[in-house]
Amino acid sequence: MAHPCPRRGGGGGTGDLALVTNVASFGRSGLADFVLQRVSAVVVGLYALCLLGFFVTAAPVDHAALADFFESLPMRVFTTLAVVSLAAHAWIGMWTIGTDYIRRHYFGAGHTVYLAIYLIVCIGLISVYVLWPLSVVWTVP
Amino acid sequence: MHPDRPVNLPLPRLAAAMPVTAVASILHRITGIVLFAGTLFLCYLLDLALTGEAGFAQAAAIIDAPPGALAAWAILTSLAYHVVAGVKHLLLDFHIGDSLQAGRIGSWLTLVLAAVAAVGLAIWLW
Ligand code: HEM
Repeated sequence: MAHPCPRRGGGGGTGDLALVTNVASFGRSGLADFVLQRVSAVVVGLYALCLLGFFVTAAPVDHAALADFFESLPMRVFTTLAVVSLAAHAWIGMWTIGTDYIRRHYFGAGHTVYLAIYLIVCIGLISVYVLWPLSVVWTVP
Repeated sequence: MHPDRPVNLPLPRLAAAMPVTAVASILHRITGIVLFAGTLFLCYLLDLALTGEAGFAQAAAIIDAPPGALAAWAILTSLAYHVVAGVKHLLLDFHIGDSLQAGRIGSWLTLVLAAVAAVGLAIWLW
């Protein structure tokens, strides 16, 4: 990787946005986020391919086949890995989008408040996306 | 309003003038947002489908009915686009295909592959 383009981190020089920037960053730096977003993308991508492979090869899928598939230990572990990766990937992605658009230029002086609300909604949804699938696959009878 | 007044940001003309690489890029962002929202629906379907025979039948009924089928199609098509564009993005990060010419070809390829996936998914879901 020749020159990754971290969009944030470092701090300083961006006024009050820098406060939110530094508090809300996922990794310690833009570079860490950059790498994490790509590694997590690969994990989620492999998981999606795995599900596609199952639905294509096991068709027609009924409840028993689906339950057998998701309750197997390898799939429980893979699902766990995938939702954790998804959490990192989605957080960094939604953070990037939020900080691109929710700025003083468009939203006026209260922009940091709007950004905070947006990020809190994102965190809420991401928590659901981690806890819900985990509670489902780890309790399939 | 004067008919010849200057326009600061002529959106229609801007859209028409958008290079294919810009279209491919903004679609990656839009599909990312669609996926983020759509994951809620996918979680719901997974939960339902794994909650006994009755739940499975209910989940199947949801994606058989037009609104559910459309939602599933939109989410999976977004996923297909986002993954193809994402892989292209990873290649570009390694400076593979990042000349202007290769970038245009890669963007067209992404759009075409995703369109094929969209049609394939439509056939699969209906
Ligand atoms: C449900 C799964 C996924 C969700 C919710 C999601 C969401 C997002 C979002 C919101 C962004 C930010 C877009 C932007 O900044 O314009 C993003 C970026 C990205 N996604 Fe995903 N994504 C998912 C799966 C994947 C997969 C499977 C890949 C596999 C290749 C991938 C590859 C990427 C890459 C490389 C970026 C970085 C783009 C950039 O830096 O501009 N994503 N994703």
